[in-house]
Amino acid sequence: MKYKSNLERVLVENNFAVTAEVGPPKGADADKVRVKGEILKGYADAFNVTDNQTAVVRLSSLAGSVILLNMGLEPIMQVACRDRNRIAIQSDVLGAASLGIRNILFITGDHQSFGNHPGAKGVYDLDSIQLIKVVKDMRDNGVFQSGDKIVAGKPDVFIGGVANPFAEPYEFRVDRLEMKINAGVDFIQTQSVFNLERFNIWMDEVRGRGLDKRVHILAGVTPLKSLKMTERMKFHVPGVDVPDDVYFRMKKAEDPQIEGFKIALELIDEIKKIKGVHGVHITALFWEEVIPRLVKESNFLPRP
Amino acid sequence: MIVTKQKELDYLLKSIANKPVFIIGCSECATLCHTGGEEEVVAMKKILEEKDIKVTGWVILEPACHLQNNKRILRGYKEEIKDADKILVLACGNGVQAVSEVLEDKDVISGTDTLFLGEIKHLGDFERRCDLCGDCIQDLFFGLCPIARCPKHMLNGPCGGSRNGKCEVYHDMDCVWDLIIKKMQRRGELDRLKRIRMAKDWSKSNEMQVVL
Repeated sequence: MKYKSNLERVLVENNFAVTAEVGPPKGADADKVRVKGEILKGYADAFNVTDNQTAVVRLSSLAGSVILLNMGLEPIMQVACRDRNRIAIQSDVLGAASLGIRNILFITGDHQSFGNHPGAKGVYDLDSIQLIKVVKDMRDNGVFQSGDKIVAGKPDVFIGGVANPFAEPYEFRVDRLEMKINAGVDFIQTQSVFNLERFNIWMDEVRGRGLDKRVHILAGVTPLKSLKMTERMKFHVPGVDVPDDVYFRMKKAEDPQIEGFKIALELIDEIKKIKGVHGVHITALFWEEVIPRLVKESNFLPRP
Repeated sequence: MIVTKQKELDYLLKSIANKPVFIIGCSECATLCHTGGEEEVVAMKKILEEKDIKVTGWVILEPACHLQNNKRILRGYKEEIKDADKILVLACGNGVQAVSEVLEDKDVISGTDTLFLGEIKHLGDFERRCDLCGDCIQDLFFGLCPIARCPKHMLNGPCGGSRNGKCEVYHDMDCVWDLIIKKMQRRGELDRLKRIRMAKDWSKSNEMQVVL
């Protein structure tokens, strides 16, 4: 079988995949991306490059992805619906594929009011599910959203999406995942898991419907760096569920960094045992340098 | 005024699916647009009955976007509403929701498409005038709005595509920039337009101002 990307190969060959997030800088300095790339090289199968996450302007995910690609790392380019309409996004998908990007992950995106340009007009021409379907049709059927034919090269990309088992209303979370699968998503990265109980409830339902056989699911893991960060995630970031026991461990910890690392290791250990989970996606916000140690101590090395 | 257009009859019939219907109209915009006033509601009743659809009753809300008023008026139609499976609302998108908020357990069918906030130029002839941007700038343009009336929302002059004063996108529509420039010229104040208008703050617009 010819794989679209290294990530697809790792997943299809039944390896437990590891992906990690690279946040681009607030500026044009490519070295900021390269430094992170150097730290992470060899410690994950593919690397997410975020698209103006939390609606804060940063170096574009397309450029960040190409910088990683030129270093021999495989990017997962993220694309949010917030800032571009269907014309721009389809064009970016073609452009990314032409430059060698083989994984693209589609999200609706954080609302602009949360970022550093709250006066911006949001686009939201498509939502993430619609966009996944649009790109699947581009790739598999060679047509644009309008129905026009693609005349010079279909974008052969591995299509990613996200799922949040911790968002309300809980009753609809698995349905939404199923809708994304039906729309054509190939792999899913979940919101960071801190509440294993809730995650297991979600995964039970996912397995019950056989969805783990139809899509590759990577569970999100975020090592907590400080009490401040824990409190921000627990009390202020919508859709994140930090249970009290995790919060109190961080609160009581002599060294929050050591405790946060320990919690992440334990979570990964538990996640590995959950049937139907095909990998982890590590997001270490402003703490990329911890990822190699986390990957190593989780016995994920060497990467396949 | 909120300008609406009645949906195609075929679409409405499909939504009604031969079930008994109660029809609701609106005394304000939908009456002025001739999409959901008494005249149109009665006409709709006749059309549906000719298709062997039972119409259990009808009412004109005053206006349909007034939630408390709706509760009061609809209380007087308890039986007619009870007998209906479907509620057909000939009012704007706001009217539909103000009705569904009162009649929680009923299938509410939106009988119109809500198009824009605009003016009646002549009977049955409407034009878009306001985009609800929450930060009115018309005093800069002598009472003409380049956001609502320009498909590109240009704030710093015309795009260059208009011909004979008509918009390149909608050939029947006056280019608002053509109107603004002519008006400024007439008043000898064209220089005022040379000031660059910076990026607009859309956070005040209907994108985010949802509660007052």
